[in-house]
This record gives sequence, C-alpha cells and structure tokens, in this order.
Amino acid sequence: MSRHVSLRDESFGALAYHHVNRRLVFLKSKPLVAIVQDLANFPTAREAIAAHVDEAEVARYEKALSSLVPSDIINGR
Amino acid sequence: MGANSSLRDRFESGLAAPICLTWELTYACNLACTHCLSSSGRRDPNELSTTEAMALIDEIAAMQIFYINIGGGEPMIRADFFDIIEHAINRHVGVKFSTNGSRITPEAAQRLAAMDYLDIQISIDGVDAETNDALRGEGSYDAARRAMDNLRDANFGPFKISVVITRHNISQLDAYEALAKEYGAELRLTRLRPSGRGVDVWDDLHPTREQNRELYQWLLDRPNVLTGDSFFHLSALGEPLDGLNLCGAGRVVCLIDPVGNVYACPFVIHDQFLAGNVKEKGFNEVWTNSDLFTSLREPGNPGACTACGSYDACRGGCMAAKFFTGLELTDPDPECVFGHGETALEAKRLEIRPKPSPDHSRRTPVRIGSK
Repeated sequence: MSRHVSLRDESFGALAYHHVNRRLVFLKSKPLVAIVQDLANFPTAREAIAAHVDEAEVARYEKALSSLVPSDIINGR
Repeated sequence: MGANSSLRDRFESGLAAPICLTWELTYACNLACTHCLSSSGRRDPNELSTTEAMALIDEIAAMQIFYINIGGGEPMIRADFFDIIEHAINRHVGVKFSTNGSRITPEAAQRLAAMDYLDIQISIDGVDAETNDALRGEGSYDAARRAMDNLRDANFGPFKISVVITRHNISQLDAYEALAKEYGAELRLTRLRPSGRGVDVWDDLHPTREQNRELYQWLLDRPNVLTGDSFFHLSALGEPLDGLNLCGAGRVVCLIDPVGNVYACPFVIHDQFLAGNVKEKGFNEVWTNSDLFTSLREPGNPGACTACGSYDACRGGCMAAKFFTGLELTDPDPECVFGHGETALEAKRLEIRPKPSPDHSRRTPVRIGSK
C-alpha cells in the first residue's frame, strides 16, 4: 500500500484516500481491506490473497487488487 | 469518482465519518460577495479559539477524516490560520482551503508551496474584472489574479480555480478553461445556491433552463472539470455527470461553522438544519448520533417527483435550493431540468421565503485594492 494512503473502515469495507493524487477509492469488501493491509507481509500479492480468501475466489481478488494500481493505492515494490 | 447504485445506497445511509467536511474558520471577510453562502462579513465573538480549533483537528484526525475543506468568510484573515492548517497536515489530515486570494502575498505563497497535502482554491466569478467584480466587489478580480500569479511564481503546483456559475458568466465557460490551463490549474465549477445572501440574488442570477442544458453537455464533455457533485440535479437530462449524484447532506457531507455549529451541508446555515455544536458534545457525537443526521440518512422521499421517471437520476435535486426558495423538501429542485420546479415556485410566489440565520454581513459596503 502506498505510504500516502489512509484507510478508514466502513460498513461495506473501507474508504481509501491517496493524499497526493487525492483519489478516493472504495474497497468494497472486508477481505479486500484485509488483503491490502497485509500485502507488505507477503512476497507476492497472490500469496497475500490466498491467506485471506478461498482458492475459488483468488482470481476475483487479483482483479480487484489490480484495479487499485492505476490510482497508486497500492504499488509494486 | 463513480459509484454503482448499491454503493450509493450505502452512502445514503451514512458513513462512519464524512467524506467531505467543510469547516468555516471565521465569518470575517474583507469582501462582501452578493451571493455569499454564509452571509459573511463580521467576525462572530464566539468563534472557536485557537485551542478549540486545535482540539477539533485532533478529533477529526481520530475519526480518520482524510481531508477538510476550509473556508469562511476569508479563512486567511485568522491570525492563527497557518498554525491551524499546519496542525491538520501534521496530523495527516489533508487541507483544501478556499480563499479570495487577497492574503496570498508572494511570501505567503512561498510558505504555502512548502507544505505537503495542501490544496488551494481561489474563487473568481468572472474571467474579466467587470463580470467578476459585479458579484464579488471592486478590486476582487485583480486580487484573485495576483494570488494566482504568486502561487505560480512560488511553484505551488496545480491549485484550483473555483467559479460559481451564474446567468451572466456562463457564457465564459471556455474562457475559464483557458485561464486554468494558463496557470496549470484545475477548474472547478459550482452551482449558485439561494443560500446566505444568495437568497437575494438567486432569482436574477441562477442559470436559465436552456443554459443549464448547455452546461450539462459542456460538463459531460469535460470529465476533468471538477464540480464537487454540484450539478447532480442536471443528471436527469441523460447520462449521469461524474460524482455520487445524491444529496450528501448529513450522509457524506457536513459543515462546521466558525462558532462550532454543525450543519447538514455548507448551503444550509439555518436553525432547521443545525445538528449540534462541537463545543458541547464533540464532533463525532453530533455526526454519529444527532437526530437531524439520523433522519437525513433515511431513504429519500420522492414526494412530488414520484411520477417523474428521472427521480433515480437526480434524486429530486438540492435540499438547500428547495428550502431557501420556499419549496417543500419533497418538491422538485427549483432548477428541475423539466421545469417542474418553476411550476412549484410559481405556486409559492406569494409566500415568504425562509431567511438565512445567522447573518454576519457588514453594514457598510467594502472594496479592496484601488482606494
């Protein structure tokens, strides 16, 4: 997760705000929030996802995560 | 910022904290704009002290509110202005402040340019002095342009140029876009509301239905022009404009006024929309539990708009615009794109409209710049 991003828990998941590009992004599920917060603890995004959701859902969450890259909510190391 | 309908339903029932919190630091202003939303001019003796302001920022930070929109009055008039914004930024609360620019000297611009997480919005309501000063007062155009020059010379980066759209300046849309480009700035257009002193000029200044239709198309073609969700009532014309397209009052938006009163949005400074005061209960308590905000988070009542097929698009429009033109909150927006608002207004023509409260207008005319 970008060091410029703040997360705030909401009933649907969380709001993410990027303080530099001022993008406000909705994380629409609790597992997605947990994955984003946990990314730094895993060597790859796939492993972070697998730690939080069932195998059948990994592809869906990979897609959700990649949608957070253009707004720099998360970025590569 | 797009939002699908299920997400919009979530927003309608309210969030843990506002997305867009406006905090007006003072009612004092060196200008006397005819359409001032907060009827500003004179400082209120009960305005938050520096200590109270700092405590409020600490509470805002604890609520994880990402950024605050600071306004006034003219916020830079407060002697502790820089202390306040620096404290917010140090607490990781981003700041955007609105100003008429008269206090952005070359030195102030340098100081502002050195700060992170800061956004500045300069108000200008005409692309020339004649158009602008008719609304904002003599000398205000030159002051705003000087501020823009100073920010550019200090390498502040992209600031915002904010224009309230009226019947008389709407012909200048392309020129505002060019002005913003000239400064490397972002253009922000907002709706003229009949709030504050605006109640006295709204009838003569709000765009006509034809002009609103042109504005809608212009905005649709320019997704990079910011509007703060100002024109969602125009989304009934077809494809929705960019934004949440709902009345965010008490749901995702609210206002803290200079004395700590919490109102449902910046456009309804009136006792009927007062949720509480931060000095008495703290902001979080008012946001989370006030009776007013709880009721505003109920599903909307389409009222007179029930029969119209476009209610899902425009949600009946702006609560403040209805209230201060004397309409019921279940009536159509006074600028309803199908003219239903005009019909409703005609029916209330002889009724007395609610007066904004409180009024901090100066009693004598003001001018800046040339003396």
